[in-house]
Amino acid sequence: MTEAKRSGQRVKAGDNGNVSPSSLSGPGQLAAAVAIATDGVGLPEEQLGEYALGHGLKLSSARPTIFEYIRQLWQRRHFITGFATAMNMAMYTEARLGQLWQVLTPLLNVAVYFLIFGELLHTSRGVPNYIAFLVTGVFVFNFSQRSFLIASRVMNDSLPLIRVLHFPRACLPLGYVLIELQQLIVSFTVLFAIVLISGEPLTWYWLLAIPALILQTLFNFGGGLILARWGAGFDDVSQLLPFIVRTWLYLSGVLFSIQALALIHGGVLFKHPRLAFGLQINPAAVFITLVRNAILHSQRVSQPGAKPYDAGKCSLYMRFPDQHLLDAAHCHPIVTQPDLWLIGAGWAIVTLVIGFVFFWQAETRYGRG
Amino acid sequence: MAEPMVVVDDLHVVYRVYGAGRDRGTAATALMRMVRRQRRGSIREVHAIRGISFVAYRGDAVGVIGRNGSGKSTLLRAIAGLLPAEKGAVYTDGHAALLGVNAAMLEELTGDKNITLGCLAMGMPPKEVKERYQAIADFSGIGDFVKLPMKTYSTGMGSRLRFAIASAKHQNILLVDEALATGDAEFRIRSQKRIEELRRDAGTVFLVAHNLLHVEETCNRVIWLEKGQIVRAGDDVPGIIDSYIEATGGEPLDRRRAKV
Repeated sequence: MTEAKRSGQRVKAGDNGNVSPSSLSGPGQLAAAVAIATDGVGLPEEQLGEYALGHGLKLSSARPTIFEYIRQLWQRRHFITGFATAMNMAMYTEARLGQLWQVLTPLLNVAVYFLIFGELLHTSRGVPNYIAFLVTGVFVFNFSQRSFLIASRVMNDSLPLIRVLHFPRACLPLGYVLIELQQLIVSFTVLFAIVLISGEPLTWYWLLAIPALILQTLFNFGGGLILARWGAGFDDVSQLLPFIVRTWLYLSGVLFSIQALALIHGGVLFKHPRLAFGLQINPAAVFITLVRNAILHSQRVSQPGAKPYDAGKCSLYMRFPDQHLLDAAHCHPIVTQPDLWLIGAGWAIVTLVIGFVFFWQAETRYGRG
Repeated sequence: MAEPMVVVDDLHVVYRVYGAGRDRGTAATALMRMVRRQRRGSIREVHAIRGISFVAYRGDAVGVIGRNGSGKSTLLRAIAGLLPAEKGAVYTDGHAALLGVNAAMLEELTGDKNITLGCLAMGMPPKEVKERYQAIADFSGIGDFVKLPMKTYSTGMGSRLRFAIASAKHQNILLVDEALATGDAEFRIRSQKRIEELRRDAGTVFLVAHNLLHVEETCNRVIWLEKGQIVRAGDDVPGIIDSYIEATGGEPLDRRRAKV
């Protein structure tokens, strides 16, 4: 009888009271299990596990169901927003220029990209108002880039908090993406100023940037959750990620127009339409294009598909892009504008759902090590 | 019939230490490991808890004593659900809050932000947080430092604030791992009272401390660990502490002086 054996092993406190110090050297000799019995209360007769479950106890490492998890997260919404706001305020207190850096950093990047890529390598070819095109791309990409880089470190950086308090761990990556969203709102006021100064008109189309950025935020939540779990598992992820993100930057049409490279004779993507399609449907390119088409008049009117197809005018653009910039509108688009919205929504929802489930699966493993 | 709060059933905990050997990992090998979903080579295993079973009931304050490396902190982290059991299981009624000595909270943020966010994270509604804020700040006794970032605190101040926050909400199970060791005498008395209150409210407190007098004053039960196993456990707190001291070759506790 295993049960009898087990309870036999469990000695009531005091019964094994006089362990001689010599037996300390050999742990194997000690009683394998001891229960702390309360006075007058006997030891549970059943198996300990059944006894615990019978009294409504749960495994300390038990994971809530996914619906329970969502409910807990919703209950902590004030924590997530409060955490994001407080961290945002604290993040730049050590730097002398303070929060100015969240705008200065991407602006300095823009300056470098403009000189190296736009002027030296002439990636501005076939793009009207390149500076506004570039700034928009850099700022929108920066949102995902920073969200992902931070999310990959968040679980390891927050170990002290995780160990002291119990709360649904998804609060942390969600909170950090929210910090980036708050910073995005600040940096977009600067972006809007640059775009207006560069000669773009203010129109109602600008409002379309809001749904595009909401989709991007959902996508960042999902991607952030995935990277948070990976980053918690392997320290290598946060080392490798900057390179991956940089490659992603070069592939997402931040510095050049995927459309232009696919259309212009001699363009790299001209001979590889499938590659152009692949680049254009990648989430970063989708969100960047959607925001550019919303706030940049020059992009909206010149994007392929904006006007009815006209083989003659299109081929003019393909051969002499800089003289016939606006004729690109008469070409076939790689992906039409409505399709871009659908793909963007698809990326947002699929990534969020996968990321959420993926993160939740490891819920009880965060903070271990 | 006393209700169980923590049931530890034949618990084994094994730490795995990665990269103890030569395999320092270049970017290329790191990539290959990720692709193959492998863990780092050269693993050292440390069997920290070797088959512990016990039951702690509502209203218990359990002291855990033992030498350094005997598995005290590991046991608490396993109860908190932060360490996976290699074999056996830990059952708890609700979640356990773990207070360790090094565990900072949000270092960059001020004390008052830590209070607010800590309470929100524990699931308190914002209104309740506002009501309780002052009591928590007063209990911690850190005064004007509450307006400064937590990283500027001394170890003692940090642990006072953490204890104040974590014990503000009614915790079913509070695990205190030397967290009070850095507090001054006055705060220790106050936290002792708070532990008493938690016990009266049907909570269970585990206390790891090297100050045996502190254990004796606070706890009604004690577990003596050695090399990951229980040597003695029970409610004869002075008796067990005395034989622990005898085993380690220390001076017996001077209980008369302590009462003064």
